[in-house]
Amino acid sequence: MGLAKRIIPCLDVNAGRVVKGINFVSLQDAGDPVEIARKYDEEGADELTFLDITASSDNRDLILDIIESVAKEIFIPLTVGGGVRSPDDVRRLLNVGADKISINTSAILNPNLVAEASSRFGSQCIVVAIDAKKVGNHWEVFTHGGRNPTGLDAVEWAKKMVNLGAGELLLTSMDRDGTKIGFDLALTKLISEAVEVPIIASGGVGNLQHLVDGVLLGGADAVLAASIFHYGEFTIREAKEYMTNNNVEIRL
Amino acid sequence: MIAIIDYGMGNLKSVHNAFKFIAPQIETIVTSDPALISKADRIVFPGQGAMPDCIRELNNRGLREIVIESAMNKPFLGICIGLQMLFDKSEEGNVQGLGILKGRVNRFKSSKNLKIPHMGWNEVHQNALHPIWNNIPPNERFYFVHSYYVEELDHSIKTGSANYGTSFTAAVSYKNIFAVQFHPEKSADSGLQLLKNFISWTL
Repeated sequence: MGLAKRIIPCLDVNAGRVVKGINFVSLQDAGDPVEIARKYDEEGADELTFLDITASSDNRDLILDIIESVAKEIFIPLTVGGGVRSPDDVRRLLNVGADKISINTSAILNPNLVAEASSRFGSQCIVVAIDAKKVGNHWEVFTHGGRNPTGLDAVEWAKKMVNLGAGELLLTSMDRDGTKIGFDLALTKLISEAVEVPIIASGGVGNLQHLVDGVLLGGADAVLAASIFHYGEFTIREAKEYMTNNNVEIRL
Repeated sequence: MIAIIDYGMGNLKSVHNAFKFIAPQIETIVTSDPALISKADRIVFPGQGAMPDCIRELNNRGLREIVIESAMNKPFLGICIGLQMLFDKSEEGNVQGLGILKGRVNRFKSSKNLKIPHMGWNEVHQNALHPIWNNIPPNERFYFVHSYYVEELDHSIKTGSANYGTSFTAAVSYKNIFAVQFHPEKSADSGLQLLKNFISWTL
């Protein structure tokens, strides 16, 4: 036995509360971030990811309070993404107890941010999030929830980010996000084989077999899901048992 | 008092939070003051990032001597790069370590099936009995994130090991030193148990 594949529930945070919504519309309050984090931890989540989707800059700092509260009582790795624009944003999140910082749009606007942040804080805490969509016969990097094309090839971009110091990649298929028909396995496998660092697969999970496929067919090192856990369709524990029974090494 | 040594590298908040959580009655400080480190009853020596940077910052802040001195005479817990720095030399930037323990630090060999860094929950085999393993089940999983591992010259100090392509050293112990490659402060209940054991460890 060796390294376990990880299951990472993702909590979308807006103005200090965990919210759920389909494709970022009709957001509903889903509860207190600390309580939800505690529940996932008790169910055996291997890490937690907080995605700050706060639109208003007035509320931006609330994510710091949330991470600070969660980090005082939950002792598994915490990743935070959304709105990270500068090394100073990274530092402030680390200082309140985040373990890894996920950088998405800002890496595209300023790739040097990834280099600066990883050399200052260590590549172990820098995750680059890549939102990719199939265009013709390749995958392209998109921003703004899949609306804005960047012209960047996803594989080349992934390699570049790793060269600049990303310690891990969070790969989201914008074609699959919200569809519940499973990960884009071809994309996941392509990126996983192109880079040395671990890949977190995201976007499209609708059932537990999708998690297994992400690992066994897509080559993902970790799987991230939001809605199947938030809506109580499955617990983390059920996901872990299912994966174990299907030959995926998991921490139980 | 427990002193967590701060030499300006990486995030010490998680380690500090974990000690405050398990032992609110014990004063735990994050410090780069040699006088405070000297007064502390127990020392935690964490580390993140690249070992050459860690060694440089340790030297720049005048902490090298006090770390070596503490590692000789009081309960001392090294974590991650804090384990690696105790050794003679690292392949990472070809840097010299503190030389408290004999051996070197090597990089994992990358391959198609072996992602680097080694990141996530791996099983730790307890190679030797030690009070720090009290109440921790055999082959318990701990959270790792690292690209380098230590190769000790004297195998009798190996106290824990894990498998990642190859078997590697996950914990060492020598007199008052216990040092781990994984992150107990991020390893849920068993990690907290390990920290509790460290607090109650008597030499």
